[in-house]
Amino acid sequence: MKPTRLAAVAGIAVIGLALAGCSGSSSSGSGGGDAASGQDSRGPITYVQGKDNSNVVRPLVAKWNAAHPSEKVTFKEQSDQADQQHDDLVQHFQAKDANYDVVDVDVVWTAEFAAKGWLTPLTGKMKIDTSKLLPSTVATATYNKTLFAAPQTSDGGLLYYRSDLIKTPPTTWDEMMADCDIAKQAGIGCYAGQFAKYEGLTVNTAEAINGAGGSILAKDGVTPTVDTAAAKKGLQNLVDAFKDGNIPAEAITYQEEQGRTAFEAGKLLFLRNWPYVYSLAKTDGSSTVKDTFGIAPLPGDTGIGASTLGGHNAAISVYSKHKATAHDFLEFLESNETQSFFATQGSLAPVVASLYSDPTLVEKLPYLPVLLKSIQSAVPRPVSPFYPAVTGAIQDNAYAALKGSKTVDQALKDMQAAIKAAG
Amino acid sequence: MSVAVGRTRSSTREVARERDEVKVRVAKHRGPAIRTAISAIVIAVWCLLPFYWMIVTAFRDVGFTFSTDAWPSHVTFDNFTTAFSTSLGNHLGRALLNSLFIGAVVTVVGLLVGTSAAYALARLDFKGKSVIAGGILAASMFPGVALITPLFQLFTNIGWIGQYQALILPSISFVLPLTVYTLTSFFREMPWDLEEAARIDGCTRVQAFRRIILPLAAPAVFTTAILAFISSWNEYLISSQLSSDATQPVTVAIAGFQGSVPHQEPYTAIMAAGTIVTIPLVVLVLIFQRRIVAGLTAGGVKG
Amino acid sequence: MAVTLPLAKSRKKGGLNEAHGRWAFYLIVPTGILLAVVIGYPVISAVIMSFQKDAGLDKATGLFVAGGFAGLANYAHWFLQQCTTAAGTSACPPGNIGAVFWEAIGNTLFFTVCTVALETVIGVWMAIIMNRNFRGRALVRAAILVPWAIPTAVTAKLWYFIFDYNGILNHVLGTHIIWTSGAWSSRFAIIIADTWKTTPFMALLILAGLQLIPEEVYEAASMDGASTIQRFFRITLPLVKPALMVAVLFRVLDALRMYDLPAILTGGGGGTGNSTTTLSILVVQQIRQGFNSASALSTITFLLVFLVAFLFVRFLGANVVQTQAAQQRGELK
Repeated sequence: MKPTRLAAVAGIAVIGLALAGCSGSSSSGSGGGDAASGQDSRGPITYVQGKDNSNVVRPLVAKWNAAHPSEKVTFKEQSDQADQQHDDLVQHFQAKDANYDVVDVDVVWTAEFAAKGWLTPLTGKMKIDTSKLLPSTVATATYNKTLFAAPQTSDGGLLYYRSDLIKTPPTTWDEMMADCDIAKQAGIGCYAGQFAKYEGLTVNTAEAINGAGGSILAKDGVTPTVDTAAAKKGLQNLVDAFKDGNIPAEAITYQEEQGRTAFEAGKLLFLRNWPYVYSLAKTDGSSTVKDTFGIAPLPGDTGIGASTLGGHNAAISVYSKHKATAHDFLEFLESNETQSFFATQGSLAPVVASLYSDPTLVEKLPYLPVLLKSIQSAVPRPVSPFYPAVTGAIQDNAYAALKGSKTVDQALKDMQAAIKAAG
Repeated sequence: MSVAVGRTRSSTREVARERDEVKVRVAKHRGPAIRTAISAIVIAVWCLLPFYWMIVTAFRDVGFTFSTDAWPSHVTFDNFTTAFSTSLGNHLGRALLNSLFIGAVVTVVGLLVGTSAAYALARLDFKGKSVIAGGILAASMFPGVALITPLFQLFTNIGWIGQYQALILPSISFVLPLTVYTLTSFFREMPWDLEEAARIDGCTRVQAFRRIILPLAAPAVFTTAILAFISSWNEYLISSQLSSDATQPVTVAIAGFQGSVPHQEPYTAIMAAGTIVTIPLVVLVLIFQRRIVAGLTAGGVKG
Repeated sequence: MAVTLPLAKSRKKGGLNEAHGRWAFYLIVPTGILLAVVIGYPVISAVIMSFQKDAGLDKATGLFVAGGFAGLANYAHWFLQQCTTAAGTSACPPGNIGAVFWEAIGNTLFFTVCTVALETVIGVWMAIIMNRNFRGRALVRAAILVPWAIPTAVTAKLWYFIFDYNGILNHVLGTHIIWTSGAWSSRFAIIIADTWKTTPFMALLILAGLQLIPEEVYEAASMDGASTIQRFFRITLPLVKPALMVAVLFRVLDALRMYDLPAILTGGGGGTGNSTTTLSILVVQQIRQGFNSASALSTITFLLVFLVAFLFVRFLGANVVQTQAAQQRGELK
């Protein structure tokens, strides 16, 4: 999921969604029946993914094809907008297209597609080894206690801080707020994340709540749990920071790029953002913090906080005719070599835990060890087939609380009720 | 329309008849020149200032995207290179041709179809006219976002997905209500006496329409053509779903611009593309501009 | 020319009607077919779907199951803000998009009134200026088309930039306004951006209407000693009214379905959270959450737009349907 893009492509969103909705009435959960067929058969397959901007997929597919001449993979490249990719997948699933064998799905779509009966459960012959993977990434691919997709790439939040002003980065929220005096003396803003009303706000709210020991949903993945004391503390932290100016008022309009710009302009002491900021802050012409920033895991209540996860999973369509090949291709995607290639070629965070300390990778992506700490304690966004309604419930009420137009208690009470009403 | 206006109009006609030609007003009516000049400057500045900002941003190094220097700073052509870079997956060149082609077909077909319907509505007596006019208007009231799914299913069934006709047909339908209504309103204001006169002189209805009415209606038709073309040029929602890589118009291509890393928004490249996309339109307008004036002055009763 | 009037008077209604009907049929059929396929068919299927329930989850399998016939439940969801869950039907809590319905209606109407009023006034002014003869007129006419020629998505990004807290507008004004956050500042931002973008449309249509006004009318009025203002209200405005009304009508229809600008500038946010959410934004959000309920909302939007258009045609005289006969009578009075 790329929150930044969401607003930009909102227009497109429309479409996919339309199709998603229709499918609900027509699929009737019958898709599951096809899951068992073709599990032993092999042959050429198609891998479907969004635009391959940094040329990662083509070399990988070429490598696979060289080794598997009779089970060649064809790469079907979708548009590069998340919503369009979603819609394209929905349309082809609805048409029961056997040519979409392996599909790349955003972590927040996995539950929806699984519930529609479009994804082959990775059980029995389809089972893949998840022991070496980061547990939180596996959780994003698990719906109804069943693994429906193979984690492929990940993404987690980092705390960027000004190393010229802060010697040791804070590990807890309270420590960070205490450091805000330094920001005041320097005449800059203290902390910012993504607080505009879009997907990024869900990410940041979830991190605040999870970081304070609360949670959005209970273990069953359905029951909302945001009316707890811990959840309240998390959201209250953000609200208070806005109120006393530790988060500058303009941050209510921030998506990723505004925060990055402010940080690079030297206007922020701390910034919560994704790893992509790292190389840009080092190289951007306008960056005033090229050599004066550091990174740390997100701060939590009593220690490291809980990042929200981004990234993609690879799944096998129930309509695939060559599921055995598709399964092998998933394992190929999970292999250390492939995962390293994702990281070095595409700057995509691996899902294999051991790679985060791999010296060659760390040299190329110096933020990996810190990111690992962030991802190790990470919490997936709610894995719900009704994710759009859930994220809407979180955004609306968190936004109202941050703006002070609702008390935190009321916001969380409404959030609780709205998530419940989502389905 | 009030009775008073009706009178004004008929008295107009008489004056025109006395002169034995219909002179259409070509801006001879002057306000005080200075006030006009100031107003014109205000209009131009208001319209162009944000565009100026777009151009400045288009030429700015991506690392300085949010710079607020009022003048071009950190000038670079990289954004234009990025916009046309097929290796980055930005097929802007191809998309420009697609948009021009789609826009041209939509405008021509839309005007042909729309003009005939507008002529019927403005000029002919027939039963059910109100119903038809109401129906055409109603067609432009449904939220566009809700049309896509059924259209996608329909076009999938007949194998049109990704083809030019799947983009052109909806676009024509979107411009039709406006085209029909605009032209109907203009046609109703035309001096139809001329048409009648021409028919008495032995012209058929079609001939009379083509030789008398169309030249007179030229400004309105050109205006409508501009509206239709720009509407098609700006169409995004339908194209984003029904086009393929080969047929996608510029709007879809621009929206698909991607930064070098995930999360990064390539604003400067978007602005560069926006600049490129706007220029052909301005050129077209300048050309049409002459045609409009020409249509006005050449119209008259020469036919 | 003098022969015209007697001819018009002596029209034989019956025979003409028949001939006209045949002509009209051929002339209108192409329009009819196009609209039926691209718009009629989707509209009808949406109306049908609006009476179906959205798919729900089967608790045991975790799979979606079809919802079945819904009756008017989808409409009740919007109008009465009733949310139906497994636990039963209750009022939609804030954060559920059903709860935003009336606010969205209010926002939509507010945006429509403000933008169309501004665009009409400014559009008339621009058209009058452009209709004058001055050097560089062609350039001004081209300039006003620039805002409109820029694709909407790019326009929205551009204004997003301009209204950014650290953007050029605050820089130039020397202010520190968080444009897209406050209820009124965010609405203001959207109105400004929309006015900038679509006033040219108005100006162009009005200009085309102005150009149809014969010069003699003004000459005659001048001879009668009419002032500029009198000329504007007594001549220009009445004569340009048909073209103006068409322009206003279509802007109203468009504004009632406004989507891109608020979606990109504010995401529907601002104020307490939904201060710039329009009906179309709501439709888009709902389409993600369930297409049948979204179909109901589309139908409601359609009916609202239809109602407004009807009132408009009925009371403000945007009557393009006026019959030829009536027009003739009016002229001959």
